[in-house]
Amino acid sequence: MALSNVLEPAGSGFNFENSTRNIVLENGSEEGKIKAPKPMKTGTTIAGVVYKDGVVLGADTRATSEEVVADKMCAKIHYIAPNIYCCGAGTAADTEKTTDMLSSNLTIFSMNSGRNPRVVMAVNILQDMLFRYRGMIGAHLILGGVDCTGSHLYTVGPYGSMDKVPYLAMGSGKLPAMGILEDRFKGNMDLEEAKALVSDAIHAGIMSDLGSGNNIDLCVITKEGVDYIRPHRESIYNYKRQAKYKYKPGTTPVLNKTVNQLELVHETVQMMETAGSS
Amino acid sequence: MNTRGLRSQLKDSVPVTGLCPQAGPYGVQDSLRRGFSSVKNELLPSHPLELSEKNFQLNQDKMNFNTLRNIQGLHAPLKLQMEYRAARQIQRLPFLPSSNLALDTLRGTDDSIGFEDILNDPVLSEIMGDPHIMTEYKLGVL
Repeated sequence: MALSNVLEPAGSGFNFENSTRNIVLENGSEEGKIKAPKPMKTGTTIAGVVYKDGVVLGADTRATSEEVVADKMCAKIHYIAPNIYCCGAGTAADTEKTTDMLSSNLTIFSMNSGRNPRVVMAVNILQDMLFRYRGMIGAHLILGGVDCTGSHLYTVGPYGSMDKVPYLAMGSGKLPAMGILEDRFKGNMDLEEAKALVSDAIHAGIMSDLGSGNNIDLCVITKEGVDYIRPHRESIYNYKRQAKYKYKPGTTPVLNKTVNQLELVHETVQMMETAGSS
Repeated sequence: MNTRGLRSQLKDSVPVTGLCPQAGPYGVQDSLRRGFSSVKNELLPSHPLELSEKNFQLNQDKMNFNTLRNIQGLHAPLKLQMEYRAARQIQRLPFLPSSNLALDTLRGTDDSIGFEDILNDPVLSEIMGDPHIMTEYKLGVL
């Protein structure tokens, strides 16, 4: 469809054409203000801990859409590079897309330079990207990885803020999780201790926060490789369907039945040249 | 991305004139899609990021050139701007999408992916401008 008034080609990237219309719709009529649909948030507990040989990341698996659980087995630990994984809290779509783009950028970089990416590179790219959009992209991320300089754990906020710490929790359940981490964290733990600590921190978040729940995923990153344990601990409230909801045949009674015979009036055959022959 | 030069270069940001035109396909206000027309809508942005996104590449370039000028002297941005100007002229016809490969290589964005590569790719655009009008506009004859 050619428009007569388009003088320059449309730009790529975000399109703000509808923002005026949306503002008018939201503030509009006095009878009923039309609410914009709310995006699906992950309302999460995510945590990470640096231990002797690497990094342990943990996350719950519930995604909420206001008051309803939208996804019971959501995967919140995203792949960034073979040695870097990222937990995401905040708006589910934003964390997915941002981590996807980050992963693509780092793959291009490692193909260009022939080196494994470092965790600081991922953090810098994320900071630039998130600051450019002034917090409109609601992604609260915990990045953890092991590279040639050691094991690192960073957090990046939606406005581009960054923090480098040995143990971290983010999301709506971060306060109970931080409580457990502050109490039991010590430097140079071994693997089982670290896994138990992260798992208990997420469990505390699940128990005390409505936005977190269901199973606990863990991801252990070391110099040798990655162990993605999904699920590490399953929720004890695993409801199975109690009964079948299908209707039995014969539930709807048949009242009467009429049969109309179709009469063959006229029959012709016409040859057609179909495509694909010559 | 060069963010360290930002502090000293804020005064050089490029302002924008004239936001989305309110005319629809027949040249008059398209109330169904754009709402009622008002002067305020055309002058001020309705989304906080609209202005900064529209000028993002320009501002980045300006900032990089200013930093380069401060470090290496005037010749460096001059030569680079000459190359940018040459690369910008390599375009297809106005109504067809151009790849801008030379410009991307100069800027260094040919090996990075941003939202402008994923969203609203002009190759996949559903609407097309009228070739005659667009060429006339480009040539300045309109």
